[in-house]
Amino acid sequence: MSFDLDCTVQPGDRPIRASFSSNARLTALVGPSGAGKTSVLNAIAGTLHPISGRIVAAGEVLFDSAAGVDLPPEARGAGYVFQDARLFPHRRVLANLTYGEKLARRAGWIGRDEVVDLLGIGHLLDRWPATLSGGEVRRVAIARALLCAPRFLLLDEPLSSLDAEKAERLAALIERIRDEISVPILLVSHSAEEVERLAEQVVTLT
Amino acid sequence: MLTPAEWSIILLSLRVSIVAVLLTLPLAYALAWLIARRRFPGRMLLDAAIHLPLVLPPVVTGWLLLLLLGRGGPIGGWLDRTFGVTLVFHWTGAAVAAAVMALPLMVRAMRLSIEAVDRRLVDAARTLGASPGRAFFTITLPLSAPGIAAGAMLGFARSLGEFGATITFAANIAGQTRTLPLAIYTGLQLPGGEGAVARLAVISIVLSLGALLVSEWLVRRSQGSRAHVL
Repeated sequence: MSFDLDCTVQPGDRPIRASFSSNARLTALVGPSGAGKTSVLNAIAGTLHPISGRIVAAGEVLFDSAAGVDLPPEARGAGYVFQDARLFPHRRVLANLTYGEKLARRAGWIGRDEVVDLLGIGHLLDRWPATLSGGEVRRVAIARALLCAPRFLLLDEPLSSLDAEKAERLAALIERIRDEISVPILLVSHSAEEVERLAEQVVTLT
Repeated sequence: MLTPAEWSIILLSLRVSIVAVLLTLPLAYALAWLIARRRFPGRMLLDAAIHLPLVLPPVVTGWLLLLLLGRGGPIGGWLDRTFGVTLVFHWTGAAVAAAVMALPLMVRAMRLSIEAVDRRLVDAARTLGASPGRAFFTITLPLSAPGIAAGAMLGFARSLGEFGATITFAANIAGQTRTLPLAIYTGLQLPGGEGAVARLAVISIVLSLGALLVSEWLVRRSQGSRAHVL
């Protein structure tokens, strides 16, 4: 099972119930803004504690309130690409990339050179995050997530705010990861076109 | 120019202030982190207790130190019996008094810089495989470093000027606890001491202004650096 969720999270005033299971290689999570899509990703990554329920990703139980299971974020194996990238401002691009790579608990499925090449960020390695453009920041964030040897990927609006050409290149890359590497992907998107192209299963959060 | 006695006063003041800051630094950062990042019962009380030396008359702080750390006090008596260490009438006592008075300012500066570290960066570090400890040492600590430096300079400046708690707790002993402010006060009591008072006062102003400027520069540098460095 790629993802199997039945949990309630409450990041704000209103509790959000997420219940779905998917065996697809790439599952899209859609819904109106404020429906709690990002909160669901946070709950899977372990940075937001559900009130109750159960979360299974890539065949491993990450959270189960009934059984008392609650893995810390560092033990969950999420490759999380945040919507706001969250590059570390005090580390150059290369040091951002190697941060998770050095801490990986299992063999990675892609090498650093390959990731750098794939995302076209070789010329950025010595730069500080504050000097990068929006598209460059996004690509570095994706590379950083791929390099921590994740068991599954959480992509939060990875193509938004990119120009058409860059978005196309990234979409092609996501397709390659989907088709060539057996890592389940959960994608949050508000673009119907993007979902249509990439997702094998669509989950709607209301 | 300065006389040898005046030089020794300046060196004593610097030694007392530097030791006071180094003594307080880890404790101040730990307290700042607790108050900035943790919610626990008694947090408000702890915050208030840390700020107490800022609002209490320094003489009261000195008297409380005397009760606790004097030779007859619970902690002071233990130090005396166990290690043969006496803080009262000794420069280490002046350093302790300065440390207590500097603590609130240092905690404030550090707390602000810790609160300014985006927690989402810590979350990102955790998802990349960092334990809470590693995330602290690789993200929170380096990103709040300018606040540590600014807090240290502020604490240093405060320690240099410490008078009331020092004279109450450690007394006014030449060569041991007579720091710049105490020496200036003593000079004012003596006929013909005006020249020495003026020279020491100028030194005080220069040192304090220097510490404040360095502290300000550190804060500004940290705010601007990441946008400009390349």
